[in-house]
Amino acid sequence: MSNDLSNRLRSYYLAYTGGFIVLILVLALLERQGMPPRWIGYAFLFFTIMIYAAIGIMSRTSNVSEYYVAGRRVPAVFNGMATGADWMSAASFIGLAGTLYLSGYQGLAYVMGWTGGYVLVALLLAPYLRKFGQYTIPDFLAARYGGNAARLVGVFAVVLASFVYVVAQIYGVGLIASRFVGLQFEIGVFLGLAGILVCSFLGGMRAVTWTQVAQYVILIVAYITPVAMLSVKVTNVPIPQIVYGEVLERLRVLETQVFHSPAEESARQLYRERAEALAERIQALPESLVEEKQRLSTQINERKLDSSASMREIVALERQRRELPGNAEEAKSKWGEARKAALERASVPNPHAEAFPGKSEEARNAARINFLTLIFCLMVGTAALPHILMRYYTTPTVREARSSVFWSLFFILALYLTAPAYAVFAKYEIYLHLVNSEIARLPGWIAAWGKLGLVSIEDINRDGLLQLAELTLNPDVIVLATPEIAGLPYVISGLVAAGALSAALSTADGLLLTITGALSHDVYYKIIRPQASTQWRLVISKSLLLVVAVLAAMVAAQKPATILSMVAWAFSIAGAAFFPALVLGIFWKRANKQGAVAGMLAGLLVTLYYMVRVQFDSIAWLGLHGIGMEPWLDIQSTSAGIWGVPVGFVVIIVVSLLTPPPPAKTQELIERLRYPVH
Amino acid sequence: MQTIRKHETYWHKNLIVTGVLLLIWFVVTFVVPFYARELNGIVIFGFPLGFYMGAQGSLLVYVAIIWYYARYMNNLDAEYGHHDDEEEAG
Repeated sequence: MSNDLSNRLRSYYLAYTGGFIVLILVLALLERQGMPPRWIGYAFLFFTIMIYAAIGIMSRTSNVSEYYVAGRRVPAVFNGMATGADWMSAASFIGLAGTLYLSGYQGLAYVMGWTGGYVLVALLLAPYLRKFGQYTIPDFLAARYGGNAARLVGVFAVVLASFVYVVAQIYGVGLIASRFVGLQFEIGVFLGLAGILVCSFLGGMRAVTWTQVAQYVILIVAYITPVAMLSVKVTNVPIPQIVYGEVLERLRVLETQVFHSPAEESARQLYRERAEALAERIQALPESLVEEKQRLSTQINERKLDSSASMREIVALERQRRELPGNAEEAKSKWGEARKAALERASVPNPHAEAFPGKSEEARNAARINFLTLIFCLMVGTAALPHILMRYYTTPTVREARSSVFWSLFFILALYLTAPAYAVFAKYEIYLHLVNSEIARLPGWIAAWGKLGLVSIEDINRDGLLQLAELTLNPDVIVLATPEIAGLPYVISGLVAAGALSAALSTADGLLLTITGALSHDVYYKIIRPQASTQWRLVISKSLLLVVAVLAAMVAAQKPATILSMVAWAFSIAGAAFFPALVLGIFWKRANKQGAVAGMLAGLLVTLYYMVRVQFDSIAWLGLHGIGMEPWLDIQSTSAGIWGVPVGFVVIIVVSLLTPPPPAKTQELIERLRYPVH
Repeated sequence: MQTIRKHETYWHKNLIVTGVLLLIWFVVTFVVPFYARELNGIVIFGFPLGFYMGAQGSLLVYVAIIWYYARYMNNLDAEYGHHDDEEEAG
C-alpha cells in the first residue's frame, strides 16, 4: 500500500516539477519579448504562492492525527524532501553563501554544523522517538519522565526556541518582499505572514508536509541554477560543486594581486586615518560635538551669503548638521561604530581558504576555538530542534524513520555542497570584474541593492576607481544579486526570489506548527482539558496558529537582529534544553523526573544568561543597564549552548543519582523503546 | 528467556555500531578541523585539504554514516525477526 502511495506521489511531483520548468521557460520567453522585470518578479511569487495555497487547501483536514503528524503516512523519500525544505530556511538560502563570502573558511562552521547534527539525529534520536509514537517532544518527555513538570519545561523551551527562529524567517520574507515586490518592509512582513498561513492553517502538518515537498523542488532549482550558469560562464562545466576548486586557485592569485596593490594600500591608509580621527573626536567629547556643530553652522552661513554656492551643497551640509548625534552618549556610540567600520575597511582582508586567520598565535587560537564551539552548538542544536525531530513522527514505520534521516541529509546536501561554490564564484566575479573598475560605470545592481542598504561604495581616495576596501557588501546580497552579478537574464533573479521565499515559508510553517502543537496539544489538551473533543482541540490549534503568527510578524517588523544570529540563538536554546534530556532519556534508564527537570532548567538558564549578558549591554524595556559581560574564553553569544549543554548533562546525572530511580513502568517503556516491536 | 537474550544481543550490537560511527563523526568534526591550517598545505584539484574537508569532505562522511547506520539497523531488525509493519497505533 505504501508503494502505491509512493508511486502516486512520484507522478504528482514529477508533473509539478515539469510544470514549474515550463513556467520558467515561458517567463524567460516573455522577458525576451520585453516584459518588464517587476512583472516577472510578481509572476514568480504569485504562481508559487498560488500552488502552495492550492496544496494547502487540498490537504485540509479535521483529523487530529492528520493535523499533528500527517497521519504518519509520509514515505521516507518525501519526508526527506519535506525535512530538507523545513531545514533550509532563509538563513541557509540567503545568509549562508553570503557568510561564506565574507568569512571564508570560518563560515564553514555553519556548513558543517548544520549538516553534521543529522548524524546525531539518526544515531541517537529519530528511530527511538518514532518507536515511541506520540505527537510532540514534550509528549515524549512527559511519558519518559512522568508528570507534567518535564512537559511544561519542554513546552517553554519549544516555544522560546521556535519563536526566535520563526521571527528570523518572517524577517527574511519581509526582506524578499521589499526587494522583489517593492513593498515597504513592514508590509512585506505581513504579506509573508499571509503566505505562511495559507499553507498551514487548514491542513496542519499534512498540508505543511506536502507543501514543503513542493517548496523543496522550487528552492533547490532556484539555488543551483544561477551558480550552474555562472560555472558554465567561468569554466564551461555546469557542475559548480566539482570545479570550484579550480576557481579557488584562480581566486587565490587574484587575492594576492588585489590585496597588495598600491591603490588598495592607499585606500586602507585613508580609512586608518579616518578611524584615528574618530578616535580623537571620541576622546574629546563633549567639546568635540559642540565644535562639530559650530563648524557646520559656520560653513552653512558662509555659503548662504555666497551667491555662487549651490543650493545642493547647503542642503547637504544642513542634513549633516541635523544628523549629528544629540548628546555625548549618542555621539560615543555612533562615532564608535563608525570607527569600528573604518578599522575593518582599513585591515587587509583574509584569503578565502585560510583557516583560523589572525595576526597572532593568540588570535588564531581564539578563531579556532570559536569555530569548534560554534560547530558543537549547531550540531547539538540541530539534533534537539523540535520542529525537525517531529518530522520523524510522520513516517509510517521505524525503518522508514531511519531511511528518512538519510534522505533528509541527502536533499540538504544538494544545497550545502553548493553554498561554498556560490561564495567562491561570486567572489571571483567581483574581484575580476568589479574591483578596479570605474565607479561612474558600475553595473545597475549596485545602485538597486544600495537603495536597500545592502551595498555601499565610497571613493575615499578619489581616484574614480573602485578599490576592494571601498566596497561594503551585506552578506545577504550575495545570493540575491548573483544572477545580476553574472549578467544572467532577470528571469533567474525572479527564480531566486521564489526560491528564497519557499525556503522561508517552509521553515516558518514547520516552526509555527511546532509552537502551536506545543501550546494546543501539550498545554491545553494534556494538562488543562484532557476531555476536550477532537473538534475543539482543532479549533484551539487553528486559533493559536493565527495568534502566534501575528505576534511573530509584529516582532519581526521591528528588525531585532541579523537573521543568522537569531537562528544561532534558537539553536543554543534548543540544544541546551533538550539534547541532554532526550539522549539520557533514551540511553540511560536511571535518568528520572527530578534529574530531567533540573537538567533542562539548568541548561536553559545558563545558556540564556550567557547569551543575554554577552550580546546586550542594556535592555531598555526591562529597565536593565550595564549588564554587558566579556565573553568567557572568547566564545561569542551565538555559541552560548557550549556552556548549557554540558551543564544539562551533569545536572541530570547528578540529580538522578541523588533521587529515587524511575518507576518500573517507565523502565519497561525504555526497554520497549530499545527493542523493535515483535 | 531466549527473547531477552536476543534483545540484549540486539541492543548490544546497536550500541557498538552507534559508538563506532559516533567516533568517526567526532574525528571528522573536531579533530580534522583542529588541524585545518596544517592540512591546508595539501592541495587537491585546487582545493586546500583543510578547506575541502570543511566544505565537502565532512559532509560526504556524514551522509555515508547515516546511510550505513540505516542499512545496518534495518538488516538487524530483519535478522532479529522484527517486522514493524504491524506497528503500534498512535
